[in-house]
Amino acid sequence: MPAVNQETTKGVTSYTPFHPRWYRPHVSVYWWLGEWHYLKFILRELSSVFVAVFVIETLFLLRALRHSPEAYAHFQQCMGNPLLIGLNIVSLFFVVFHTITWFNLAPSAMPVRVRGKRLPEVLVAAPSYVAWAVVSGFVCWLVLR
Amino acid sequence: MADKIVLEIARYSPEQDYEPHFENFEVPVYKEWVVLDALNHVKDMVDGTLTYRWSCRMGICGSCGMMINGEPKLACATFLSSYARNGNKIRVEPLRYFPVVRDLVTELSDFLVKLKKVKPWLVRKEEPPLAQGEFLQTPEQVDRYKQFSMCINCTLCYAACPVVGLDPVFVGPAAIALAQRYNMDSRDQGAEERTAVLAHPDGIWGCTFVGECTRVCPKHVDPAGAIQQYKIAAVLDWLKSFVMPRGRETQNARSESGND
Repeated sequence: MPAVNQETTKGVTSYTPFHPRWYRPHVSVYWWLGEWHYLKFILRELSSVFVAVFVIETLFLLRALRHSPEAYAHFQQCMGNPLLIGLNIVSLFFVVFHTITWFNLAPSAMPVRVRGKRLPEVLVAAPSYVAWAVVSGFVCWLVLR
Repeated sequence: MADKIVLEIARYSPEQDYEPHFENFEVPVYKEWVVLDALNHVKDMVDGTLTYRWSCRMGICGSCGMMINGEPKLACATFLSSYARNGNKIRVEPLRYFPVVRDLVTELSDFLVKLKKVKPWLVRKEEPPLAQGEFLQTPEQVDRYKQFSMCINCTLCYAACPVVGLDPVFVGPAAIALAQRYNMDSRDQGAEERTAVLAHPDGIWGCTFVGECTRVCPKHVDPAGAIQQYKIAAVLDWLKSFVMPRGRETQNARSESGND
């Protein structure tokens, strides 16, 4: 079927000239609110912001440790602020969500083959979870010992 | 006496309507009936003007893709009995993000143009003489691309992908998965030719990995996986161009995937 190029706001798409009166549905700005799968995707993307929050807090922690015991005490005092505690609880939820969703997606992006056969997705994702548990356990041991 | 269910069907006549509206049709629910049977019942018995595509009625041709209760599905593979509880309605609409020609029929020529751009066929740089015989492949070599070769071009993945709706120039899941199907084929030598279309902001880099294309695919093709695998191959190829900028032989996604 012959096609013509049509200008759109973002580029050129090709459509046949034989249907001059199509209905062109409009995509709402709130397209992601209608379905759980889309909302989950947006939350997964949003979770990167909270990962950045933890990174920034860690950098401030290292800076305070490097500076002086007083600076570290001041950092601890700041982190005791109820607003920051609330932010950290929300951040923890999103970081865990971020980790689980990306671990689950990894096998799709990285198929592992052993002797010519593709490994089941659960076997590809499992080492990530094991590594996560081991590192978390080590950090807990380091902090709580 | 069979149970009844109401089909809420989107109707659009380009000569009369400014936008689609819904019409209700009551249809019997038989255990073996799929939504396509119900549409055929409406067309044969109630309203002959109802327009939709279908052909094989067995999940092979990919013609009867439509939105069924907001989900992209093949009408021939969606049983009425799955919805026939507590007086439920079934809302049937044309595939999302495509222009609507009439009722449930969408305009697909843009998809076909995109599909052609990725050269979904075996590309050979040199053809060996016929006397050499057929190309042989091991089961492992077939296994590398077989999943992607199951695509039936039903475009359900396009209707599931918000990037397709927001960015009409995005090449889209099925076309990229089919390109990867040939890139992974040991008989193909065209991966480098496909790179210009695929390793492009409108190609793989347009994909944000929503993953809905894979979820709705009726043939379990996993287009999202194909796109992410191509992303990794393209990045490695780009890195290799720094390591070996001179005398660089053909480095393409296929070689990254371990094919010769």
